[in-house]
Amino acid sequence: MNRYRVVVAIRLKPEVLDPAGQAVAGVLDQMGMTGVESVRLGRLVDLEVAADGPESARALAEAAARRLLANPVLETFEVAVEP
Amino acid sequence: MSTEAVAVITFPGSNCDDDTVMALGRLGVPVVRRWYRDRDLGEARRVVLPGGFSYGDYLRSGALAARAPIMDAVEDGVATGRLTVLGICNGFQILCERGLLPGALRPNRDGRFRCTWEWVRVATAPLHWPEFRPGTRFRLPIAHREGAFTLPRAELDRLWQEGAVFLQYCGPDGAVGDEYNPNGSMDQVAGICRGRVMGLMPHPERAVAAYLGSEDGLRFLRAWLASEGE
Repeated sequence: MNRYRVVVAIRLKPEVLDPAGQAVAGVLDQMGMTGVESVRLGRLVDLEVAADGPESARALAEAAARRLLANPVLETFEVAVEP
Repeated sequence: MSTEAVAVITFPGSNCDDDTVMALGRLGVPVVRRWYRDRDLGEARRVVLPGGFSYGDYLRSGALAARAPIMDAVEDGVATGRLTVLGICNGFQILCERGLLPGALRPNRDGRFRCTWEWVRVATAPLHWPEFRPGTRFRLPIAHREGAFTLPRAELDRLWQEGAVFLQYCGPDGAVGDEYNPNGSMDQVAGICRGRVMGLMPHPERAVAAYLGSEDGLRFLRAWLASEGE
């Protein structure tokens, strides 16, 4: 068994309204950073995974993302196994 | 109205479980309380998932409670058709997260926790509940930050066709429109019902006496208790 660091990046689907992101965008605008045109908040999950190889570490992280970490109705996710 | 016992589940962070037990008690229904780590519902064939903030709303509202041991028993009971389920507010979120009801509850469109009295109406008569007639109205409180019912448009259209869109926010006269939408729910959806599983964001258990502002919650719960069929 090896240990892998796996990062799961979870994003709201583009068509899903993000009031928190809009609030952050509004404050950035108040602070004078008017060039920021859109803010979407997501979630980053760091996993430490014990697995035989990087592909099984990825498979385990994808199962975790699919079954709990992300809500498929609202969110998409990407899994990256760190070298 | 059946007087068989109703199970009320307490998750870590549930805070409407006592109110739900009290409301059912007012209707003369025996209640058995179950803990989220229990693995069975005993003899109960009806169960209420109460409101609250299970697991502190960590990850997403209802996401962690949806994977609690007791939910295996709820899912089994639904799969075998022996269980009738009501999810209120956080309970509704848990049912959606578990996949026992379609869709998801995303944050309210104004980004705020909404704690207000709202009117809702029965949009489609649920198959197993003869007392929920289309157009019946209830005045009930809502208290949530993640209550905007959402799913892809085509899937919501399919829910309408299936008759699963149970409850909508409305005006005092029953009119439906975006001006009566407190949270940005698609199609003003306040509750969904599929098979014997019903979920809604408003709190009937908080509207059980005139001094609380409305007794409509008793009427709602009585209608839920009057489910038919096995």
